[in-house]
Amino acid sequence: MTYLAKPKLLRPDTPKNALGYTKRDYEGAISTLCAGCGHDSISASVVQACFDLDIEPHRVAKLSGIGCSSKTPDYFLGNSHGFNTTHGRMPSVLTGAAMANRDLLYLGVSGDGDSASIGIGQFAHAMRRGVNMVYIVENNGVYGLTKGQFSATADKGSKSKRGVVNNDSPIDLVALALQLGATYVARSFSGDKEQLIPLIKGAMRHRGPALIDVISPCVTFNNHAGSTKSYDYVREHNEAINRLDVILPKDKITATYAPGELRRVVQHDGSVLCLRKLGEDYDPSDRVGAMNYLQERHALGEIVTGLIYVDSTGEELHRYLNTVETPLNQLGVAELCPGSEALEALNESLRRG
Amino acid sequence: MKPTNTGGDAYYHKVVDCQWACPAHTPVPEYIRLIAGGRYAEAYMINWKSNVFPGILGRVCDRPCEPACRRGRIDKEPVAICRLKRVAADMKDDISDRLPVAPEKKNGKRVACIGAGPASLTVARDLALQGYEVSIFDNGKAPGGMVRTQIPKFRLPDSVIDEECNYILDLGVKLELNHWVKSLKEMTDGDQWDAVFVGTGAPRGRDADIPGRQEAAKHIHIGIEWLANVAFGHTTTVSPRVIVLGGGNTAMDCCRSARRLGGTDVKVVVRSGFEEMKASPWEKEEALHEQIPIINMHVPKEFVHENGKLLGVKFEIVKAEYDEKGRRNLVPTGEPDVFMECDEVLVAIGQENAFPWIEKDIGLEFNKWGLPVLDEKTFQSTLPKVFFGGDAAFGPKNIITAVAHGHEAAISIDLFCKGKKTADRPPHAFTLTSQKMGIHEWSYDNQVSEEERKKVPVKALEKTLKDIKLELELGFDPLMACSEAERCLNCDVQTVFTPKACIECDACVDICPTECITFTANGEEDDLRGRLKAPAKNTAQDLLVADGLKTGRVMVKDENICLHCGMCAERCPTGAWDMQKFYIETAQAGREAPRT
Repeated sequence: MTYLAKPKLLRPDTPKNALGYTKRDYEGAISTLCAGCGHDSISASVVQACFDLDIEPHRVAKLSGIGCSSKTPDYFLGNSHGFNTTHGRMPSVLTGAAMANRDLLYLGVSGDGDSASIGIGQFAHAMRRGVNMVYIVENNGVYGLTKGQFSATADKGSKSKRGVVNNDSPIDLVALALQLGATYVARSFSGDKEQLIPLIKGAMRHRGPALIDVISPCVTFNNHAGSTKSYDYVREHNEAINRLDVILPKDKITATYAPGELRRVVQHDGSVLCLRKLGEDYDPSDRVGAMNYLQERHALGEIVTGLIYVDSTGEELHRYLNTVETPLNQLGVAELCPGSEALEALNESLRRG
Repeated sequence: MKPTNTGGDAYYHKVVDCQWACPAHTPVPEYIRLIAGGRYAEAYMINWKSNVFPGILGRVCDRPCEPACRRGRIDKEPVAICRLKRVAADMKDDISDRLPVAPEKKNGKRVACIGAGPASLTVARDLALQGYEVSIFDNGKAPGGMVRTQIPKFRLPDSVIDEECNYILDLGVKLELNHWVKSLKEMTDGDQWDAVFVGTGAPRGRDADIPGRQEAAKHIHIGIEWLANVAFGHTTTVSPRVIVLGGGNTAMDCCRSARRLGGTDVKVVVRSGFEEMKASPWEKEEALHEQIPIINMHVPKEFVHENGKLLGVKFEIVKAEYDEKGRRNLVPTGEPDVFMECDEVLVAIGQENAFPWIEKDIGLEFNKWGLPVLDEKTFQSTLPKVFFGGDAAFGPKNIITAVAHGHEAAISIDLFCKGKKTADRPPHAFTLTSQKMGIHEWSYDNQVSEEERKKVPVKALEKTLKDIKLELELGFDPLMACSEAERCLNCDVQTVFTPKACIECDACVDICPTECITFTANGEEDDLRGRLKAPAKNTAQDLLVADGLKTGRVMVKDENICLHCGMCAERCPTGAWDMQKFYIETAQAGREAPRT
């Protein structure tokens, strides 16, 4: 099989962003995932979000673990930093990188196997420590690379492609993230880019741990009747609670909304999350309410999507640890190695304490 | 919008823009692929069937296909379609066993073609293959018409014209040269001819009727007459200082011929601006390449002479002004007139039709412009057995249009002779065939070339300016031809969409390099065009709209910028997209009409 690279020819009116880049400049290598994989749509959404936000590609670090999902960083942001870690270890490598250089945008890409099985401890601790990152879980409910066994997020009672019923209870990463202190928690669907792209943009402009659980059908092993993560099932059971528009400080607000229809959340960097309500009243700033709502709806067999919880006043790990603002690679020898006298003084201060 | 009806040949034919733009609808991408594969004879035969004169047209066609070429919308320049056609003609080996033969048993019908130009020759070929006995009458010395008399040999050698005329004459078509038909009545009276085709072109050159024209007549020539004299060797020299009046292709042929016959100071003087000149851009380029200045916005006012000896031409300088309706008027700038010295003038300011040999009282009507009244589709005149085509039909156009007319007129004559209605046109033949060979394999080369358009190599200027019969262009060599052929986007390989199979996974949307696929809520066309992932601004190109999707949305594809790379089909998990080759051969005489 050959995979042709996308032709470089562009239509003459190809839009460029404020940096003069086209969307194609944010793409990566050609995807080698199965045709129709939801993950490719997530990659395309990341590309669109970075293009829209005028992000400089070299200011992004994308880290991933192992799995179909964790292959995807190769398929977007070809000019960004990348690190493919061992299975389930993306959060700790990312935490280390973030500690060393806080100037980059950290994008962790993982899957349900990588984050809910082998890496669940890593996932939990990244959330509770408050690492400033965008954590995207490409969640398809199966182990695609090993031929479609149920993963830890597969719903109880759902059927595998061969008809086997799953008896284990599922792990809901959104519920876990809420409980563990993530300050931006969303769920979306790879087949709904209108919802997904703004959620990624909001997460990229958020300070603190931002989790987006994206249900992303596996066309090869989990897109059949009996699956709860197929295109058809998710479309039928999708309960979107809100629609998000991310307004940057430089943008003009053009849309007008009736009072009560819109909720505005101003984030640390001045970007505004405009949430249009869909259906009944839902308060995305109420963490306990969000957890309850999630459970209620899950019991009804619905899949809640949208921005489920956001806390724009939250803090993050650098603040807790009082780390130096300058990235370590920009500090001189004198700052990084203040000498034996300084060490002695430090040791002395600790002894006294 | 209503979903697009892709049944029949109407929709997909328009996607193959080059073929759609070609008056004879030559299957361009198909023969270009054959050239890339070195299969020149096959490429030639596809052309021969469709446009009858591939060697001629590969050198001198007006190339309506190239401005239409999709490559030109996303790259600097279109594919060099015309010069690839020449490659097929030049590099083919013997094709005699590929040429069809006329049936030995004739059908008893006799058809006379008046004029031996491309329109008549096309009619003769199409009908001879159907068993007609065809005779062509021409007052010239050799077949080809204007192709022979007006196009200089350094652009189109006689050998090429001879070869392609002979393919037709070898079908048993009779050619009566040096035969001036002086009366149409004589041809139509009685039953010696079952049908008469008039393909006499637009043989009269327009004159510049300004002071001094009569007095200095010896030094002032009508461009097309002068070119004919050059073509047949009657004129072999020209004075050193020559002015060519006019800005069309004839003017370009005149000035370049004059350069070769001894003109050392040759210039073209045109009323209009450079951009508005009628000459094809590449012809203007060639003239400039041969160091011929083109002077614009100068209107000839007077031929200045001394007792009949031409001294030069006086010009008024004008500028273009546009009225509310956008019509152009050339108004004097008020600057003093310009006098340009010269020894000879060639007047190439247009051509007109002339039918002095057609009697006014035989029932054949003419309109106010002196052109025959014709049915636009059948080319039948008001005298039922008389048909027209080429420049004689609707005024001066070009060779490929004449060929297209010839095909249509031949169909009409065939129907007419069989006693059928000429309005019942036979159908086009088309096929739509999947090109899929494997998951990532197609039976066409779907990798899009990023090469730039190749320039045709030419002989050294000093050499070609010395010999008017020496062909300037060398043509592409096989490697250049292959590289140029690879630039073709294969627009005939259609993206065929089956909504029933689509699971709306967005894979095609994500992979499309030019973002021409969108899944969205339906709407009116204007609204929909603006809402696409890449707004569809070329309203001349139809949108492909499909409904019947589970979510109730529609799939909209803007064909305008599709690269036909097949990536949508490669990334489609369910085969809802497929790449299928659309091959259409437009109808020619003899094809059966559809059963009703």
